[in-house]
Amino acid sequence: MQFSPRDDQAFHGQFTFKNSDYAIQRFPFPFPEDEYRYSVNIEPHVLPGKPGSITEHMLDIDEHYLSEIAERERVLAKDPRRCLVMPHMQPAAWDFLEFVMTHYARDYPEAFSFERDGDDCVWRNHLLELEQSFRMGDDASLPLPPLDYIGRQMQGDIALLDQRDGDLFMDAGMITCPADWSLAFDAGMSFKQWHGPVPLAHEMGVFDRALKYLCAIQVGGPVRRLNWTMTIHPRMDSSPETYAEWGSDRTTITAENAGRDVHLRVELQTLVRMPRSHALFFGIRTYLISLEDLCTNPVWQTRLLKVLKTLPAELIDYKGLTRYLPSVLEWLEAREASVAAKANAEATAQAAV
Amino acid sequence: MSRFMKARVAAVDQLSSSVRRLTLVPADEASPFTPFSPGSHVVLGIPGEGRVCRNAYSLISPPDDPSQYCIAVRRQPVSRGGSEAIHSRVKVGDELELSPPANLFLPHWQARHHLMLAGGIGITPFLSYLPELERRGASWELHLRSQDLDVARFPEAAPYLASGNITQHRLERPNLKALLARQPAGTHVYLCGPQAMIDAVKDAARELHWSLARIHHEVFAAPEPGTPFMAVARGSGVEVAVGAQESLLEALERSGVEVTSLCRGGVCGQCRVEMLEGEAEHRDAFLDEQERASQRCVMPCVSRARSQRLVLDL
Ligand code: FES
Repeated sequence: MQFSPRDDQAFHGQFTFKNSDYAIQRFPFPFPEDEYRYSVNIEPHVLPGKPGSITEHMLDIDEHYLSEIAERERVLAKDPRRCLVMPHMQPAAWDFLEFVMTHYARDYPEAFSFERDGDDCVWRNHLLELEQSFRMGDDASLPLPPLDYIGRQMQGDIALLDQRDGDLFMDAGMITCPADWSLAFDAGMSFKQWHGPVPLAHEMGVFDRALKYLCAIQVGGPVRRLNWTMTIHPRMDSSPETYAEWGSDRTTITAENAGRDVHLRVELQTLVRMPRSHALFFGIRTYLISLEDLCTNPVWQTRLLKVLKTLPAELIDYKGLTRYLPSVLEWLEAREASVAAKANAEATAQAAV
Repeated sequence: MSRFMKARVAAVDQLSSSVRRLTLVPADEASPFTPFSPGSHVVLGIPGEGRVCRNAYSLISPPDDPSQYCIAVRRQPVSRGGSEAIHSRVKVGDELELSPPANLFLPHWQARHHLMLAGGIGITPFLSYLPELERRGASWELHLRSQDLDVARFPEAAPYLASGNITQHRLERPNLKALLARQPAGTHVYLCGPQAMIDAVKDAARELHWSLARIHHEVFAAPEPGTPFMAVARGSGVEVAVGAQESLLEALERSGVEVTSLCRGGVCGQCRVEMLEGEAEHRDAFLDEQERASQRCVMPCVSRARSQRLVLDL
């Protein structure tokens, strides 16, 4: 894997974020059919997945690793409340650290190594040039608390859910690139509470079903799903806390700049049972792509247009697209038309020969 | 969830006239045991006459030690086969099937005090609580009521006997109301034992106006599978016998009938199949009451048949 160099401007300021051809090709396009339908799209996270795909390994990292780590540091420096561990979740944090180190080292041996002799461990992160000896479970042996330590070396947001009374509680996490939600606000909430704002879903009993399923996830039986929304600019951190910085971006979209500025934002969500603490790790890996890059794939372009046209009004509103969706549709339609015109012209030219 | 692994019996110890302790180690070096959370159980498959008996047993060994799993089994007066086999036939060196640990009885880590009440063999889930409660510096006490099963016989309890937190009641019944009444606020109570004991504790709690949300008792998930039945895919003309240990979906897939599936756990709705004949035992969380009652569709990833045969529109 080629890692792009660390870039502090990638996800804010000058927005230098850019996908390589390879990243575009492996982008998790989230629409399996032409019409958008709400469903519980959870499936077993069967490993290893297709080589090179984002689900090949338990935890995916990609070319943006260094830039995302830099972004995470920037966000945490400004707002330390983005990392939170309630006291009863400390063992779960250790569980999680061990889980990440084990999988990163096994799946990306060129980038990480993890040696273990009983509780004596040595962790090396070659990408960040870190080497750390520590004792598993001993807070004093790490420079930072365990979730803070490993979270800053991990691509993707982290929530650790405590399970009790048949419900899940958001009692620990490190969230620096949320799509309009906040750890500080959701902390301690139950599954139903933090999903409160999702429209339609309640009526369909989706959450009762999903909750039962999630509570039954066992050690060794992880699951995953894709979720999507849209973001203006490649902005990772669109949290309520920073709304002042990004809220008005939505008013800047026109049919001319939509292709460059509007990004499809897809989350690979994974749910994994931690063995010792029984906490449920809820991982959110975010993938961003500009509409221009997305539409280099004509199949995606056509389908995205169809999906966006059939999106229910409640969802348009919930995903915050109301303001600029017409410009996006206009941009996509113009592209479809030009593709069709080009095909027509070619056909005519062919016929003339 | 049929990911069974192989375990070898490394030791068998008789703890009382009717309780045996088994020490299990991984039979295959390539698939080691994992650490587990306190209160976890495994489903053990014990070969019996012509069939494998599957029973759930709490793990009693220290949760952070994956080198071995220990369980304790009481010889049941009316055995479903598993406990009888463990007492009469299973010996050191035997290989048994084992599910990965699952947990339906985890301590409430935010409790200010943990009160564990066990009747007889009901002590087992609490033995894996103790190391973690101690490690977290939690406040706890454990009561065992049993005439013949001595807590001191469990090596797992040995490190905690001197703490004074473990009380064994032999002949006398503990005064439950008095016991609950002297608990500090924020106590959570965990029960494992006969139904009469669970009822008595709940009655005492009600009298004291305790919230029942602070009282927890162990409910084992019955090992999932059920009785075998026949499934017929009308369209493709395939007839398949669905075994006790596989799902209808797995049986159909095995015989080459294609069914769309996603979650394989009864929530996503993808595998829904129309039913032409027969009666389903619905185990999914997807169909609504009406759809269930209509007996016109079934989710084959989890549901089974109540009738001998299910005819499906496949
Ligand atoms: S596969 Fe999801 S309900 Fe059966």
